[in-house]
Amino acid sequence: MAAAAFYDLEGTLVSTNLVHTLGFYSRNQPGLLKSFKKSASTLLSIPVFAITDQYSRKVFNDLYFKRYKGQSEDRLRFLADELFETVLKPAVFPGTYELLAKSSSLGLRQVVVTGALDVSVKPLMEHLGITEYVANRLEFVNGIATGRLLPPVMAAATKASWIRVFAEREGLSLSDSFAYTDSMSDLPMLSVVGHPAAINPDMRLRQTALHHDWPILSLK
Amino acid sequence: MALQLRRKTHESVVYIDRDSAPRIMPSGEDFILEDLPIGTRVLYPNPPMKGLPNREAAIRYALNHPHGCDPLFAQLEPGMRVTVAVDDISLPLPPMATPDIRQTVLEIVLDMLAGHGVDDVHIVIANSLHRKMTEWEMKRMVGTRIFDAYYPDRYYNHDAEWTEGMVKIGETKHKEPLVLNRRAAESDLLIYVNINLVPMDGGHKSVAVGLCDYESLRAHHEPQTIRDSDSYMDPARSELNHKVHRLGKIVDEHLNVFHIETAINNRMYKGDMDFLLKNEDDFTAFDRMKFEAMRYTMGKLPRAARRKLLHTRPAQYEMIACHAGKTEPVHDKIVAKAFEQYAIPVRGQCDILITGIPDISPYNVYSILNPLLVQVMGLGYHFNFYRNKPLLKKGGVLIIHHPCYDEFDHKFHPSYIEFFNRLLPETRDAFVLRDKYEREFANNPSYVEMYRRGNAYHGAHPFFMWYWGENGRQHVGKVIAAGAENAHVPAMLGWERADNLTEAIAMARSYMGNSAEITMLHQPMIGIADME
Repeated sequence: MAAAAFYDLEGTLVSTNLVHTLGFYSRNQPGLLKSFKKSASTLLSIPVFAITDQYSRKVFNDLYFKRYKGQSEDRLRFLADELFETVLKPAVFPGTYELLAKSSSLGLRQVVVTGALDVSVKPLMEHLGITEYVANRLEFVNGIATGRLLPPVMAAATKASWIRVFAEREGLSLSDSFAYTDSMSDLPMLSVVGHPAAINPDMRLRQTALHHDWPILSLK
Repeated sequence: MALQLRRKTHESVVYIDRDSAPRIMPSGEDFILEDLPIGTRVLYPNPPMKGLPNREAAIRYALNHPHGCDPLFAQLEPGMRVTVAVDDISLPLPPMATPDIRQTVLEIVLDMLAGHGVDDVHIVIANSLHRKMTEWEMKRMVGTRIFDAYYPDRYYNHDAEWTEGMVKIGETKHKEPLVLNRRAAESDLLIYVNINLVPMDGGHKSVAVGLCDYESLRAHHEPQTIRDSDSYMDPARSELNHKVHRLGKIVDEHLNVFHIETAINNRMYKGDMDFLLKNEDDFTAFDRMKFEAMRYTMGKLPRAARRKLLHTRPAQYEMIACHAGKTEPVHDKIVAKAFEQYAIPVRGQCDILITGIPDISPYNVYSILNPLLVQVMGLGYHFNFYRNKPLLKKGGVLIIHHPCYDEFDHKFHPSYIEFFNRLLPETRDAFVLRDKYEREFANNPSYVEMYRRGNAYHGAHPFFMWYWGENGRQHVGKVIAAGAENAHVPAMLGWERADNLTEAIAMARSYMGNSAEITMLHQPMIGIADME
């Protein structure tokens, strides 16, 4: 039976996280003053993001994606290539290419399940040769972001349920499938596959991986 | 007959009598005192041979008087490409006090290369599918001067999973492939620096195994080869050695290898721990005091601290021989020297073989001796320490003494955990394990990355560890784990358990009879029972 390898993206395959992406968009606002103001407020929000991420990924998402409110869809798409070249591409871990190549050579379908924005990850997915991915989508009204996400919001348990549905639809064996992530918030995603592994894990995921005897990788 | 047997036949063979002192046995990180039944034969390591007084001079002499080829200096030309491969941290055991012999050899060889205008020099650690050495370990092995000059671009670990870094050399007529490290294979000269601890080390194994890939290794690291090796410590009777020899012929056809082999004595400890290698009947009051002090100190420490403490004690080995030149003549001389140090003449097999398992193995340096490694030490290494015929009779009982704790090192042995918990409950049949699961583990992307970027043993390595115990497993009638702190680890390994050695001996006698001949290997020891 066919199987797949499911990857979280930020912190797992690349060293950046969602805040790096937000930081890039913030400093690339139309006008110097606006860029400065947006960058400063993003910077000040970092401690809040860090605390809420520890508390709940849902609360984090609510706060985080609000920062995109008022951004035009065109601009986000226009800047995506530059974001990839200047921020994401240099942040790809050296081991990422090896892991994907080895995994592909075994005939595993390569699927990225990420909480990042679809517009921002598209060039990166093309660069990594990944055709199957699911990411979060901003809600736009008249081409302007509302600061809310369209369902399903990819985070925590939603990632796991998406993987289950995807596997059922595609006839994949989850027992033979792999999952990789760096964050404790993705524990449900690791729990649904037969071969879970932690990559560059945070402290809580490291402890959990040790308890469950899961492999702990470093792609750095 | 018994009386004749019990007379002193060799200084390393001691028989327990009424007034004999209790014997010290290692059991993991502990050292315990055990009273053995009267008549038990105890094998000690031979006394260490005298080390060469000037090892630098001996190495220089070997380089200038090689066997079967020109001296090293005569083979050097400016601008040539040279790779120096060295044994990894699995040799010697425990890691030796600095300066390591490899450092001394490298300092001499690298100076000679520089003096002849050879600048394109890489140092590759021939770790095969073993874990890659850490930066600290690499520095300790070669010294600061070489490390600073070569690390990381020109001093690194072999990577058997780096496809571009490997090249196929050929295959034997038995269809055994040989894929080697590209840098080594495409060099004008490959210099191999070896330390020979046991007779299965060195020779063609150095290049053909140390620098190969998984597919090349699995051709001979398989259950039938191990079953047919009687023993793998006896090169003449080792099927493993024969297969590696075939591959070595291909190496010699395609590569210009200059082999530098060294033999060391068995002075594992000296000073505060030298009593571990002595006959307890000959202990001085100071020896007893040292043992009691060690036991008291260790008894106060948690296991992890005891382990750490033991791993900080470097071995005090001294070089007893160095030869250089073509692989085969060099290896013959080194193996002969090794047997001179290790061979203990022994007459008569035993019914019950006792061996304590110390926290020393090639695969747990600075790490945990997990259940699979306990297995490989008992049924693999300790059982195979013989020449001509096994020390233990066919169908006899092997008693190992170890706590058999269910602990694994997640960083070094990740695939061992899955092997132990997922596969062994299903089957212990080495052939089924190989056919059904070995490739799955070898290709597991997580294990591959942990091997390549971390310090994990290759995903297939636990299989090799299981095969390594195969001839022992086929030979013994029963294994009893004395001192095992749980029931499930011995059960998973297919063993019986006993609370202590006395109980284990009683169990073994109920199986082999009350007149069963008992022999104990006095661990830690490196010695080969040279059976008459």
